[in-house]
Amino acid sequence: MEVVLKEIVIHVSHLTKFYGRLLALDHIDFDVKEGEIFGFLGPNGAGKTTTIRLLTGLSKPTDGNASILGFDINTEITEVKKRVGVVPEFSNLYDELSALDNLLFVAQLYGVPRLARRKKAEDLLKTFGLFERKDSPFRMFSHGMKRALTIAAALIHDPKIVFLDEPTVGLDVVAARSLRNLIGNLRQQGVTLFITTHYLEEADILCDRIAILVKGRIVKIDTPKALKAATEEESVIEFSFAELSSTLIHDISDKLPEAKLVVMDYNKVRIHGGMPGKIYDNVCQLIREKGIEIQSVNSIRPTLEDAFIKITGLSPTVMSIEKGGK
Amino acid sequence: MWMDDFRGIYYIVLKDMKTYYLKPPAISWGIVFPVAWILAFYLRNPRSFEDLVPGLIAMTILFSTTAAEAVVINFELRLGSLERLLLSPISLSAVLLGKVLGGAIFGLIMSTIITIGSVVVLGLYPNLFYLILIIIPSLLAFSSLGALLCVLVREVFEAQTLLNLPRFLMIFLCGVIRPVSSMPAALEYIAYGMPLTYTINGLWQSFSASPGTMILIDAMALMGFFILFIFPATKLLYRKFE
Repeated sequence: MEVVLKEIVIHVSHLTKFYGRLLALDHIDFDVKEGEIFGFLGPNGAGKTTTIRLLTGLSKPTDGNASILGFDINTEITEVKKRVGVVPEFSNLYDELSALDNLLFVAQLYGVPRLARRKKAEDLLKTFGLFERKDSPFRMFSHGMKRALTIAAALIHDPKIVFLDEPTVGLDVVAARSLRNLIGNLRQQGVTLFITTHYLEEADILCDRIAILVKGRIVKIDTPKALKAATEEESVIEFSFAELSSTLIHDISDKLPEAKLVVMDYNKVRIHGGMPGKIYDNVCQLIREKGIEIQSVNSIRPTLEDAFIKITGLSPTVMSIEKGGK
Repeated sequence: MWMDDFRGIYYIVLKDMKTYYLKPPAISWGIVFPVAWILAFYLRNPRSFEDLVPGLIAMTILFSTTAAEAVVINFELRLGSLERLLLSPISLSAVLLGKVLGGAIFGLIMSTIITIGSVVVLGLYPNLFYLILIIIPSLLAFSSLGALLCVLVREVFEAQTLLNLPRFLMIFLCGVIRPVSSMPAALEYIAYGMPLTYTINGLWQSFSASPGTMILIDAMALMGFFILFIFPATKLLYRKFE
């Protein structure tokens, strides 16, 4: 489906946030258009959640400004809050209340008219497959169901924009896929989505455009396709070894000074750039001398991960570090 | 905007009543503890128990409001639900006021039960207007004191521990057990720096045969404490989410 992009609904200009002496966001600028799924991609601590907190009024910027649907976040935050929905990283509805009562309470806070509240809540429960459990307390729900209800709560007042902070974090594969489908459906309903994630694959699948955020600064904004295209001009060969030591990595780097070597896993390396034939010959010769076995060799089509590595210079492993350093 | 805030306060109070009033910490510190103290005093000396009624009602207000605040604020701070309230189109002050009223209504229920029980069992004839005049600002003052201390910590047990410091200080210094006038001058000055003294003074007047107009000063002093506590509480909560 082709999405017709319209006017700018989020405009961010020089947005900056200090926590004490720590610079969490450093003069970031970006725009999000109506109907777009805009992704904020970066490792933990990059400033993704801080951006959402500033844009939704949970925190005040130290400097800079932003407007959402034409309303200034510094002076008209109540108007902004009426028009946006927020799905926080942690599902924070009320354990003691049932699914239906949680949605009704959020509807009351947002001033959804009395007559429309119950119908809207029940419709959302049906959409998210939770209607049969409408009277169950929130605490009895699985992690995936809690995420789904938290998203439903963010939609109860028909927001024009929904902010989703790490929507699939902690979910199993099936629940994450189901949630991504739901997010895709929201876009079809015309909702603008602002998603933060540290999952590269998720950003690639869901987003129309991605801003890559590192240490509080946006280093690149583009479509996933354009980001990947930037790495297509160079070859990428992936080797899997039976055993990968730091000496071997060092020796390969010495032998291929024109190429960039990235360690992907405990036994995998990717070699970016250079002449593929020469790289293959040199690596094979080296490992024959060392008596190490090659398990596989693949020519890799560039992924968003490759683009991320090239743009940020970071190892992809930093993206798999969860909050708290786990 | 005012309408949004009023609506928010109303629904926060309703939700807190439904969600938190029967939580174990609210029951143990807000109901069981004051009732146990009242029974202990009654069993020790049933004949002069009448003299202790104002102090015991005041203590009930103090414990029930502050215990409820620890539950309505710290459960939500811990689970992140308070953040959800702040995401809605309601000001932070309105959210905190909703929380303070939630504690105050819990205290109102408890103090009403204890007052009616005392009046019926002991055959007392308090001035109802004076009772209302002193109990309402007391509920607000102690609930906002609870809010102020509760926003400093995260866990409910931390809040209850922190609250015990002013609670016990006030029980012993403000005339619950012994009249303030019979204390050494230095302690008397300290007592008048604490809200419970004004609650007990006001309640004494409500239960006396010829109440005076001093109750107005007690009520105003309690409203002063309410303002004194609610502003820094709002500021601290704001800083927590800054």
